[in-house]
Amino acid sequence: MLWYTGKRLLQTIPVFFGATFLIYFMVFSLPGDPIAALFGDHPPAPAVIDQIRAEYNLDKPFIVQYFLYVGGLLTGDLGTTFSGRPVIDVMVKAFPITFRLAMLALAFEAIAGILVGLISGLRKGKWFDSSALVVSLLLISVPTFVIGFVFQLVFGIQLGWARTTVSGDAPWGELVLPAIVLATTSFAYIVRLTRASVADNLNADFVRTATAKGLSRRRVVTVHVLRNSLVPVVTFLGVDVGSLMVGAIVTEGIFNINGVGGTLYRAINLGEGPTVVSFVAVMVIIFMLANLLVDLLYAALDPRIRYAK
Amino acid sequence: MPNNNSRRQDHFVAALEDTPIAPIDKLDESQKARSTWADAWDAMRRRPMFWIASSLILLIIVVVLFPTLFTQVSPTVCHLADSNGSPTGGHPLGFTRQGCDVFSRVIHGAQASVTVGVVTMVLVTLFGGTIGALAGYYGGWLDAIVSRVGDIFFALPLVLGAIVLMQVLPARTAVSVALVLALFAWPQIARIMRGAVLSARNTDYVTASIALGVSKFKVLVRHVIPNSIAPVIVIATVSLGVYIVAEATLSFLGLGLPTNVMSWGNDISQARTSIKTSPQVLLYPSAALSITVLAFLMMGDVVRDALDPESRARR
Repeated sequence: MLWYTGKRLLQTIPVFFGATFLIYFMVFSLPGDPIAALFGDHPPAPAVIDQIRAEYNLDKPFIVQYFLYVGGLLTGDLGTTFSGRPVIDVMVKAFPITFRLAMLALAFEAIAGILVGLISGLRKGKWFDSSALVVSLLLISVPTFVIGFVFQLVFGIQLGWARTTVSGDAPWGELVLPAIVLATTSFAYIVRLTRASVADNLNADFVRTATAKGLSRRRVVTVHVLRNSLVPVVTFLGVDVGSLMVGAIVTEGIFNINGVGGTLYRAINLGEGPTVVSFVAVMVIIFMLANLLVDLLYAALDPRIRYAK
Repeated sequence: MPNNNSRRQDHFVAALEDTPIAPIDKLDESQKARSTWADAWDAMRRRPMFWIASSLILLIIVVVLFPTLFTQVSPTVCHLADSNGSPTGGHPLGFTRQGCDVFSRVIHGAQASVTVGVVTMVLVTLFGGTIGALAGYYGGWLDAIVSRVGDIFFALPLVLGAIVLMQVLPARTAVSVALVLALFAWPQIARIMRGAVLSARNTDYVTASIALGVSKFKVLVRHVIPNSIAPVIVIATVSLGVYIVAEATLSFLGLGLPTNVMSWGNDISQARTSIKTSPQVLLYPSAALSITVLAFLMMGDVVRDALDPESRARR
């Protein structure tokens, strides 16, 4: 396990440099002057341009610029927003809210998704299964921002069950509705994934053996079928962190939550390029770490991964 | 036969006319061999979902190509007097905040959304498919580079990467949005194509073709690619819906198509300001978007089931 952990950690390093290089390259070496873009139609005085160039290290060779940028990323120096606040301060304040939102969403999609998927898989071809399949297909095809608006409209405005916007410190109760919105697409994927894998495992030899040696159906399903069906679901949850972050931009934007996504949403709307880039870079790093964590968890659950070449 | 071996065999094998197995085992050699595609077509057309999905897709294509067949009302001639107006004769879905006809905008908005999706899919499939096939088939340094580059792109979720690039792009057009989406989406198809080519490369018919003296490249084009294209087709169909959603999400964030281009994403984004007073303005383009995505998802599902003999047997 230790060997696998080390190997997996080593693999993350080139991906980290590659991804941050890609982001940096996109933003600062594309045709078009990023400094001019800051000012819009009226070009600033040459002295001002030089000063900003020096501030962003743009007067140095490209590769030096990149390493200065990565150094900043690693030491928490992410620059300042247009209003003069350090990006890292905004991030530290916004992160716990998004973390709570994401945990709620993950809990919802995992519990509800696995439950519905399990029942579906056990009753393959029955009405519950067919309707779960149709509903999950519908949920996948409706974009998150549409679900957000519809929920806001129905539960917030028409029924009045929840607030349409979340207050500053985002108490748990107000996060429930946004979390459900954030979780819907992944919920549908988990239902389909669990269903397929439960249906597959029901025909597996070890299930027949378990039934043949006289275990109760309840025990066969919970211990043998469900546990083995969860492996692909765990893998999916890791990849899903990526879509949760994109979803968080939209969901927090709609419900006006002061999390990472909401801040990014407002930065995009205000055209605050540098803030957007720093936030996305941090999100990408979180995504990489989440994937690393899931891979390690996966290896701990399934010894075959550890020993495979 | 003079061969010693075969004469010894004669002892153990009963004469064909003595065994009742012959008629069961017999191959009708006059019948033409059936291809995977013919089998898949037979499996598909028996499913109602296939007909629902294909008629929806056909309808979408007609709407995209000939919007004026469905509405004569101009989507851009708007009167503020009609702002958020309810449906009247000739305007079945009412008006937007700017007083534009909602039905007409939904019909005309299809063009931009579907175009971005299709162009992205074509770019991704051609580029990613080619790179993946070459990497899987020839291996070596090309494969190493493609795999590592793919790993890096995988760390950037599609929309997140597109947000950064669209943020700095000076010109936003349907083509540039499609290019940006394709840039972040090609590694997925490349990876799938590579895997399929890898398993096709080690089959007997490939070894046989090489042994017969067919050039390596010809084997790739004639045998390996046709036998590994199935999963790519499935993913491409499903991703078309994903790309349309990605474009709409970018437009919703204000980073997709410019606001003067009519698209579902833009219309949804603009309609949110009047969600309390006239929610229907937001719901119609949303429904159109969702139905389009649904059609391609269903099609992908059906095609996958038809092309995957294992899942066909299971059903």
